Amino acid sequence: MTTIAELPPGFADKVLSAQSTFRSVMDAMARPGSVQRIVPMAGAPGPMMRGTAAIALTLFDHDTPLWLDARMAESADVTKWLKFHTGAPVVQDSSIASFALVSNGGALPSFESFALGTSEYPDRSTTVIIQVESLNSGRSFELRGPGIDGVAALQASIKPFDLFERLHMNEALFPRGIDVVLVADDAVVAIPRTTRIVSKGS
Amino acid sequence: MNAPAYNFAYLDEQTKRMIRRAILKAIAIPGYQVPFASREMPMPYGWGTGGVQVTAAILGPQDVLKVIDQGSDDTTNAISIRKFFAKTAGVATTTATDEATVIQTRHRIPETALNENQVLVYQVPIPEPLRFLEPRETETRRMHALAEYGLMHVKLYEDIARFGHIATAYAYPVKVNARYVMDPSPTPKFDNPKMDNCPALQLFGAGREKRIYAIPPYTQVVSLDFEDHPFEPYRFNAPCALCGAENSYLDEIVTDDKGGRMFVCSDTDYCEGRQAAGHHGSLSAAPYREKAQEASNG
Amino acid sequence: MYVAVKGGERAIENAHRLLAHKRRGDQSVAEISLDQISEQLGLAVDRVMSEGSLYDRELASLAIKQARGDLIEAIFLVRAFRATLPRFGASEPVDTGTMRVQRRVSATFKDIPGGQILGPTFDYTHRLLDPSLAQGFVPERPAAAEASTAPTPRVTDILGRDGLIESSPEAEDGASVGDLTREPLNFPADRDLRLQNLARGDEGFLLAMGYSTQRGYGRNHPFVGEIRFGEVEVDFVAEDVGFAVPLGAIELTECQMVNQFKGSATEAPCFTRGYGLAFGQSERKTMSMALVDRALRARELGEEVLAPAQDEEFVMSHSDNVQATGFVEHLKLPHYVDFQSELGLLRKLRQEFSKASAETNTPDAMKEAAE
Repeated sequence: MTTIAELPPGFADKVLSAQSTFRSVMDAMARPGSVQRIVPMAGAPGPMMRGTAAIALTLFDHDTPLWLDARMAESADVTKWLKFHTGAPVVQDSSIASFALVSNGGALPSFESFALGTSEYPDRSTTVIIQVESLNSGRSFELRGPGIDGVAALQASIKPFDLFERLHMNEALFPRGIDVVLVADDAVVAIPRTTRIVSKGS
Repeated sequence: MNAPAYNFAYLDEQTKRMIRRAILKAIAIPGYQVPFASREMPMPYGWGTGGVQVTAAILGPQDVLKVIDQGSDDTTNAISIRKFFAKTAGVATTTATDEATVIQTRHRIPETALNENQVLVYQVPIPEPLRFLEPRETETRRMHALAEYGLMHVKLYEDIARFGHIATAYAYPVKVNARYVMDPSPTPKFDNPKMDNCPALQLFGAGREKRIYAIPPYTQVVSLDFEDHPFEPYRFNAPCALCGAENSYLDEIVTDDKGGRMFVCSDTDYCEGRQAAGHHGSLSAAPYREKAQEASNG
Repeated sequence: MYVAVKGGERAIENAHRLLAHKRRGDQSVAEISLDQISEQLGLAVDRVMSEGSLYDRELASLAIKQARGDLIEAIFLVRAFRATLPRFGASEPVDTGTMRVQRRVSATFKDIPGGQILGPTFDYTHRLLDPSLAQGFVPERPAAAEASTAPTPRVTDILGRDGLIESSPEAEDGASVGDLTREPLNFPADRDLRLQNLARGDEGFLLAMGYSTQRGYGRNHPFVGEIRFGEVEVDFVAEDVGFAVPLGAIELTECQMVNQFKGSATEAPCFTRGYGLAFGQSERKTMSMALVDRALRARELGEEVLAPAQDEEFVMSHSDNVQATGFVEHLKLPHYVDFQSELGLLRKLRQEFSKASAETNTPDAMKEAAE
């Protein structure tokens, strides 16, 4: 059993590291498809990547119910680390989660099982953070939408393979919808609900 | 006594997390007003508390901050806010638009084109564009949910019926990404075209009304109009008396009590930059002549 | 030649130096101490604590001194400080039934268990300016008696035993209480948030709103079931300790208003409640709050919403004096950019107007007009 003392550390400088991580995530969200780096490093427990850990420390707290996929939830190190460093309540019901952490994209549940917001409060939706293999190699995608000057190109190796097809539901749902943050180690790409994606093959 | 001790950029970390989450949602839903638990700030509501909270949540030690009010870096409230961040966050400040990474503004968009490395933070008094047509939040929220903007079009059309054109000179409503009608804050409508397809991220903070909204970079922003009555950005038809600029927004300065007027750039940094580069105006009152200028300054 | 105004920074510094000087006033007059404010202007301190949402007499006194006696400015100072404080959790609900009562009056019963206690009150004083207070006044010792150990049950609880008044809603176990300083307010708002809003609300605003219900704008036939003022204990359950830890005692005023309710198809006629609570001794505030609370329950009780005091969006959006003063006073900030836009528009409209009237006026009409 891991004691609190043995848990991987949080940010060395809480204030400035959170600021710097937030700016990376904000830039990612504002410029969909662009690959942003997360510089400040915290320890990362179990199957959690360094970038995911930094995002968790930056955005999660008592006010953000959190849903974990099976691989994350099964790791005692992950749940203890999250509770100790963020205090975010872990919930079983994904439809009330502010954030979802997915380490095994292959087993990603249907987006309909998350909060999609309401037409009056579309912000009351789950932000789904998915850990992926690579955000600089793999299949090629073309992205369009707000935040993108014409077309943005992304090369990524992602599970589930049909992630972007599944995100097509955002088009019909808007302004409701799901915002996705992809993490590969220290690299971050955001796909807000306004982004339209076409696969260009590999 | 409980002696106060304040965090970097004043706000505590829990508050920053809450605001940061709201900013991310605002970017993901362009033009939608995200409710947030605005805090009491050490300056009064209505004096930029929303902009200050947004700036405090994004600002880091690498940033260079510019603060303008009415286009000017030297108005008292702009100085007060700039000093607040210099003191609480120790950030570098500037008056030069092109040196800034974060620009907090009240009522203007700088004349110098913004770039991808910049964030423009607007102070917003009344974020709801429909508020003066329908005072009830429950009603306006429903209208946004259904994209039911007939009321706004009726109001604009009544203007046309009565005056022959739309009689809104500032806080002129826009539609963002073809979905949400949004209040651009009380900027003159001259500035509206600058919001469209802008390379910089635009964030809006309304502290008293507890709303944050955003326009991502390169997003379509259209001023509401009618095919037969297209949007026209008003500008006084004269060059700046100090720098001779032909396409900047002008302040009218009363020079005497005999009707004397002169017109100078409201954007002081832009005007000083032009003067330093050798541009000169008449230095005297411009002839009294004006008309709506066609959309050539977008 | 016009020179753009510079030197704003110096001007601000100088203005603040002048303010400090004015605040101190004539330096041959002794400086006022925080103790003096707290002891001798106690009701001002109570108001600043209530509307500032922070129970700290010393800081409230400092705020009043710093604000030169401007209470809304003092409330603002306290609120801005409060916003930076870490939040550890919510206290246990205080039990005003166990209050060490200094004053307790009921208008609904001539006598009540535990008795009517007049306590320190302006009521029945004749409002004649008293020159003896101007200097060196030493008050008589107050009359004293053995503290009564008789319980002082709340009048509404007495009515409640006979089912004559609606039962007070019981809090769900473990349900969290809303906090509009931590979460954005959405409408319709539940009663916990409404009461919090009213407790922080401006006394003058609530007074006017409450008064309007008495004059027929949302009339609800109020009786003062009880007003009590005194000291209660505050307990806090820290999660890692596991039991309630006493934090200390605070002074509170509580007002329970008893109001008529005609009943509905499903409910027998009974009295309904309006509730007011404030830090310190604040009877005007708590009575007004109770009237407005009852008025705002219109929707819940199936009454028609016709008057401003019954309209929760109207009341809750305008009750906060820190918000209100900020936005009203922001009008003195420069607005010359928007004004310039309006000026341009107005000139254009006037030009078009005179052009249009010139065109419609026939020469005959012109001649007539000239005569």
